Amino acid sequence: MPSPETINDDSWRIDSRTRRRYFWSNVFSALCLLSMVTAVLVLVGLLAAVVYNGAPALRWGLLTDLPSRKPEAAGIYPALLGSLWLIALTALFSVPLGVGAAIYLEEYAAATRWRKLVQVNIANLAGVPSIVYGLLGLALFVRYIAKFDLGGRVWMVGLNLDRVILAGALTLTLVVLPIVILATQEALRAVPNSIRQGSYALGATRWQTVWRQVLPAATPGIMTGVILAVARALGEAAPLVAVGAVGFINQAPSGPMSKFTAMPLQIFNWAARPQEEFHAVASAAILVLVGVLIIMNAGAVWVRYHYGKRIRW
Amino acid sequence: MSSQAATVNRDPGSIANPSGRRLESLISFALWGCAAVSVFTTIGIVVVLLTESLQFFREVSLIEFLTGTKWTPLFKPAHFGILPLLCGTMLVTVGAVLVAGPIGLGTAIYLSEYASPGVRNSIKPVLEVLAGIPSVVYGVVAVTTVTPALRSGVQAINAAFGTEVKVDVFNAASASIVVGFMILPLIVSLSEDVLRSVPRALREAAYALGATKFDVTARVVTPAALSGIVAAFLLAISRAIGETMAVTLAAGASPTLTLNPLVSVQTMTAYIVNITSGDTPTGTLEYRTVFAVGLTLFLITMLINVAAQGVLSRMREKYD
Repeated sequence: MPSPETINDDSWRIDSRTRRRYFWSNVFSALCLLSMVTAVLVLVGLLAAVVYNGAPALRWGLLTDLPSRKPEAAGIYPALLGSLWLIALTALFSVPLGVGAAIYLEEYAAATRWRKLVQVNIANLAGVPSIVYGLLGLALFVRYIAKFDLGGRVWMVGLNLDRVILAGALTLTLVVLPIVILATQEALRAVPNSIRQGSYALGATRWQTVWRQVLPAATPGIMTGVILAVARALGEAAPLVAVGAVGFINQAPSGPMSKFTAMPLQIFNWAARPQEEFHAVASAAILVLVGVLIIMNAGAVWVRYHYGKRIRW
Repeated sequence: MSSQAATVNRDPGSIANPSGRRLESLISFALWGCAAVSVFTTIGIVVVLLTESLQFFREVSLIEFLTGTKWTPLFKPAHFGILPLLCGTMLVTVGAVLVAGPIGLGTAIYLSEYASPGVRNSIKPVLEVLAGIPSVVYGVVAVTTVTPALRSGVQAINAAFGTEVKVDVFNAASASIVVGFMILPLIVSLSEDVLRSVPRALREAAYALGATKFDVTARVVTPAALSGIVAAFLLAISRAIGETMAVTLAAGASPTLTLNPLVSVQTMTAYIVNITSGDTPTGTLEYRTVFAVGLTLFLITMLINVAAQGVLSRMREKYD
């Protein structure tokens, strides 16, 4: 019979098989760490590459000059103004529509098959490639979608806007609408039911409850979603190409019915040229675009933090 | 008083006052209209793509479209086989998943199983930034940075081993790399969500049996979350297929039926951009090719999205 000491010694000694298992476990965790570090490094590298390429071409005139054949004189003024018009109009259309749809789904609609259909439909729309929305916009807003010949009378469906800001904004509205709806639904769901019940108990109608209690409480969440949606609209280029926004335009747009370009399109146009100097201008314009996006995202964070902390339930 | 008692409001929100009730129903109808816009959008997409495509298929047979190996709609004689465009799209997508899959899954596992809350909370915003960068930026980075790096890398390999591998100025590999990093945040955030939703009890049971961290992660947690991870990959694939500006800039515009990632290809989305950025007159065959390609793109991404949603909803039921 072995002494107690030897039993103890053996049980504390890890056999080679177990040691191997722990070794591979550590290798695995190192690999996982490595992938995370790679992801972060790539982001840093990406931003560094843009700054490295774009910083030399960054100058004040970039914001105020018209595009030019000469890269050293090229500016993004018309694209900047075009982008501002686009996102202003897109927000104008998509916020009431999206918030309205979300209120309908969360506060009004009974759990019927129709509501489920709309909900599934919105989830699917969020996954439709944006270039497909561009094709929809091209047919629906830029050219007449279809002519129906009914008993000798020709019916046209759609608008014939022909490549103007309004057509671009309507198309972008359809692109971001699912995002606005989903974000608003989330914000509405976060409002506790006791607030609605309290309001009803005081005799308020459904709309009074929504308008005076639920919406104010959900506003920070809705605003965060709206800002993120508008940021998405600001960066979208594919649907605008499809509705026929041009990459090169020599005057700033003056209203919703002007022909236009937008910042991502101008960047795309410059980057697609063979001359390397224009690639530098494209990178400089990216710095402006990403700068605006970062400000918007920071705004979203600020809204969530600043207004979110006042509400406690 | 007694008359009011007769009209007790059973339905919260309905009111006795008739004009107020009319206003209420008007508002609820308007809200219904807002929701209906999303349904009309879907109907609009289907109607537009179908009407134009049907006219296209009156002139080009569906069989030629689906099996033809040449896509030269602008040349004489014109060929309308979508396989080269599909091939370009698949080449970029497969490459992107090869880049984003391992890195994304590794990052998700690290964040959910290993990282401290502090690390997790500081890495997640970084990935959100990655997700918020417009795709045209990725395209520019591909053209200005990734492609030159790739070419000089291959040149160095050529010099070292005496090989003669050629890399086109526009190539599928560089598009794959940038698209891979575009879809990375999607894979990470969705996979991390499902990994974290695996109940703690499963992990603890495995540790109690003497499992290492690796055993727990790779043999218990990941298989339990597998359907969710599959859904995340499906959504990422669908995003990569639909990605437009980056591949238009990086992959080029020559529809080639090839499996070589170092040559120029054209994706379905890049074709649509190339045609619509010109001045295509309505009603021409050229105009309609865009809608036929768009319909193909829409159907493929929709199938993948529906599959992913299905997997996700089944998964949700499992742990609720």
